[in-house]
Amino acid sequence: MSIRALIVDDSSVMRKIVERSLRQAGIDLSDVLQAGNGAEALSMLKDGAVDLILCDINMPVMDGIEFIKQLPSIENAKNVPVVMITTEGSEAHVVQALSCGARGYIRKPFTPEQVKEHVVPVLGGKV
Amino acid sequence: MTPSGHAAASADTHQNWIPLRETATREVFELMLSCQLTPDSVMDESGMNVTAMVGLGGQLCGVITVRCNNTAAVLMASKMLGLPVEKVGQDFSDAIGEVCNMVAGNFKNKIAGLSDGCMLSPPSVITGSDYSLHSLADSPGLQTRMLFENLPVIVTLQIHS
Repeated sequence: MSIRALIVDDSSVMRKIVERSLRQAGIDLSDVLQAGNGAEALSMLKDGAVDLILCDINMPVMDGIEFIKQLPSIENAKNVPVVMITTEGSEAHVVQALSCGARGYIRKPFTPEQVKEHVVPVLGGKV
Repeated sequence: MTPSGHAAASADTHQNWIPLRETATREVFELMLSCQLTPDSVMDESGMNVTAMVGLGGQLCGVITVRCNNTAAVLMASKMLGLPVEKVGQDFSDAIGEVCNMVAGNFKNKIAGLSDGCMLSPPSVITGSDYSLHSLADSPGLQTRMLFENLPVIVTLQIHS
């Protein structure tokens, strides 16, 4: 089954790398949306649902933590799994992200195998 | 680039971070670019016209820079994106900024007890070589030179004690 993913990162290069890693990991993507910050991502989610969100933490306008805190207020985004992908590897950031609703946490740099390891479980039977 | 700063008594203390920074850099290139870096002993800095910088704040203050020439920066982007070099365009500056960001993050995560207390600035990228960098960092830069696909890459850590 193919999935629709939303990648949120202020670096366009990193968004492309994450998409490439998902494909290299064997995730079948029907569509990939890209947003440069949390606010842009929330706006996109109001217009359509996705199956998976991969999100950076440090971003301008709205960071990744604030973004996942606001996700439950978007009807299309309720229960959508969020996996953080960030250079912030501190225990405090991991705990904060997971307590706010993130389902996984990947530290940059990463390999497609690591992406698969964290993404496949949160997608349940969708892949 | 001309780094500006004062010699600091703590400089020796930071010398043992050089291997950590080297490992952090190697891991970024191996995992994200599928490339092995090799040692470079030549001290020629000519042509280093792309500089990425990430600031460190909190328990460890300073700046990490990654410098290389334009060819190396474009090749980094090409390998990160899986694109031919001729299709990279302006993405090279974003790519080297992300490389520097990951080197800085990976480095601080390797220092016990530092990860929670040190924050990173967003990366900045300068193209051109005729500039001086004035930072609050007061230690001499700890420099590591490596070869990426036979092209020199210099990673420097300057620390504000």
